[in-house]
Amino acid sequence: MRKFTTFTGVAAPMPAQNIDTDKVIPARFLKTIERKGLGKHLFNDMRYNTDGTEKEGFILNQPAYRNAEVLVVGDNFGCGSSREHAPWALSDFGVKCLIGTDFADIFFNNSSKNGMLLIKLPKPIVDALMEDAKLGANARLTIDLEAQEITRPNGEVVKFEVDPFKRHSLLNGLDDIGLTFKNKEDITSYESKDGSSRPWMPSLAAE
Amino acid sequence: MPRTLFEKIWDAHTIVDRDDGQTLLAVDWHFCHEGSFHGFNALTEAKLPVRRPERTLGMADHYVPTTSRDLNAIDNPEIRSVVDQFYANTERFGVRMLGIEDKDHGIVHVVGPEQGISQPGLIIVCGDSHTSTHGAMGAMAFGIGASEVAHVFATQTLWQARPKAMRVTVAGALQAGVAAKDVILAIIRQIGAGGALGHAIEYDGSVIRGLSMEGRMTVCNMSIEAGARAGMIAPDKTTFDYLKGRPGAPDPADWPAAEAFWRGLQSDPDATFDTTVRLDGGLLEPMATWGTSPEEGAAVSGRAPDPREIDDADRRAQFQGSLDYMGLNGGVAIADIPIDRAFIGSCTNGRIEDLRAAAAIAKGRQAKVPAIVAPGSMPVKRQAEAEGLDRIFNDAGFEWRESGCSMCVGINGDLAAPGEHVASTSNRNFKGRQGQGARTHLMSPASAAAAALQGRIGDVRDFAPRAL
Ligand code: SF4
Repeated sequence: MRKFTTFTGVAAPMPAQNIDTDKVIPARFLKTIERKGLGKHLFNDMRYNTDGTEKEGFILNQPAYRNAEVLVVGDNFGCGSSREHAPWALSDFGVKCLIGTDFADIFFNNSSKNGMLLIKLPKPIVDALMEDAKLGANARLTIDLEAQEITRPNGEVVKFEVDPFKRHSLLNGLDDIGLTFKNKEDITSYESKDGSSRPWMPSLAAE
Repeated sequence: MPRTLFEKIWDAHTIVDRDDGQTLLAVDWHFCHEGSFHGFNALTEAKLPVRRPERTLGMADHYVPTTSRDLNAIDNPEIRSVVDQFYANTERFGVRMLGIEDKDHGIVHVVGPEQGISQPGLIIVCGDSHTSTHGAMGAMAFGIGASEVAHVFATQTLWQARPKAMRVTVAGALQAGVAAKDVILAIIRQIGAGGALGHAIEYDGSVIRGLSMEGRMTVCNMSIEAGARAGMIAPDKTTFDYLKGRPGAPDPADWPAAEAFWRGLQSDPDATFDTTVRLDGGLLEPMATWGTSPEEGAAVSGRAPDPREIDDADRRAQFQGSLDYMGLNGGVAIADIPIDRAFIGSCTNGRIEDLRAAAAIAKGRQAKVPAIVAPGSMPVKRQAEAEGLDRIFNDAGFEWRESGCSMCVGINGDLAAPGEHVASTSNRNFKGRQGQGARTHLMSPASAAAAALQGRIGDVRDFAPRAL
């Protein structure tokens, strides 16, 4: 996994609630077995007309936001399908961080496993950052995960909380499976006890 | 300390509790489908085996055709390659897989309970958000992403933060014509599409107790549409009767011990829930969605909201956006919304009882619009054919298909045209879910059949169900 490093980038406002993963990447683009290249279909049906031309009104089509690296989003972003293509598409587009009051659970987990930082903040702060994000080319936020700080365009600093383990994994680009194997003995001993307490379950092969 | 049902299952599966609140949970069953290629690729890259192939089951459901049981019927080479890779990967990693040629084929969330594999007290995961369906058996079941699929393949475990507990009680008794689908649509309308974020829901109350297993699965299936991590129902006699004799159920010799254990899987009387919600089942009516979020539903006797009457600016904009996409005026009577197509099936409503409910409305009547019925599994299909439901549907002008996800998500090419209104028994009315520009109205199987007969949503209670 890619390491998460401090960056300053343009933040785009997407205040709509319940932006689901079908909107982030429609199902017809799930036929690819590649994760790369999904960025061009990010928000496909919000972003393009049916003839493939860009919809002018869509935020990421506006000149100031074409290289947005942060999205400030409405409640329950990422609801719906568990497709990990959603964070893949965001990440391929160049988005590194999402800020909102709350995210859908599966999307939240999927994102952090792909090096993306999702920051949950109380509504008044998200509202303030949403206003910052409307500043077009001046909508620049600095995201510092090490210090757990967001620096606003006016220089003000906002602190945020993040799960310490996720922070550690993101900062070091650590992969989950490797870490879990450190608990291999715990897993094996759990499995052997479990087999005797639920004899009706299909038995596990010896390791 | 008194504990809720989900806490009991959680505690029994805890391998390691980490200081930061993450728990390493043991996974009893991992179901996978064609979307698991990234999981298999990750294993290949890391040179790892599937740790517990004997507790992993594959189902080719999302990308396969429902017009044929022959893979050569897939004319899109990308789709074909995804399906072929799934067959090859499951074989290479020693995972049992039910392909479309298998007599037990079906949608993963129909097959698990049907085969008796999904049982009370288990932790079941699958790379699909509607895994919550299996919670109807009294299991803790939830959807995971592709990286987590890889993790479960490699370790048969998962790191999770403990969700909060929510109890949804549906009291009273349902009126005639009101189905399990109407119950869950009413719950989601009440609490919202994000109303259960971070929670595991336990459904209870006389209405839930009175539902069949099929009905309970419909309710638990859509827990995710309220944002819940999982939805579950404590096992009872209905659960045990359903399980008994199914291929994956405990052997007769083991059954008494299993049932005794399952009986303990109840929330303790004084267990506390972080959130509680109550609905009066007697007040519920048949429902249909008018918008593009499952929370945007109304009783069929009601109207879609008029955005001009809504004070909150964000909400007004949300509703207006939904109505615009749906091509509807604010305040339109739900029953008057036109219908161009109907879809009966999916993991929400593709079970035998669902097909019976739809057939009882369709029998001896004629569909005005194209309608397809895709059974949730081949055993459901055979059962329906044994009962003559296929003939009832065919005679009424409904097309009788093979099992699979079909028009629920349309990955296999079963799609509606732009602008078409679809009466659908599936679970998501998101923009574009059933095809670019397609307009989905979620409803129960009986309501979808009634809508097909009239070419508008109407009210299923206007049709007396006929004896099958
Ligand atoms: S029927 Fe629909 S919701 Fe269910 S598993 Fe298939 S695609 Fe997903």
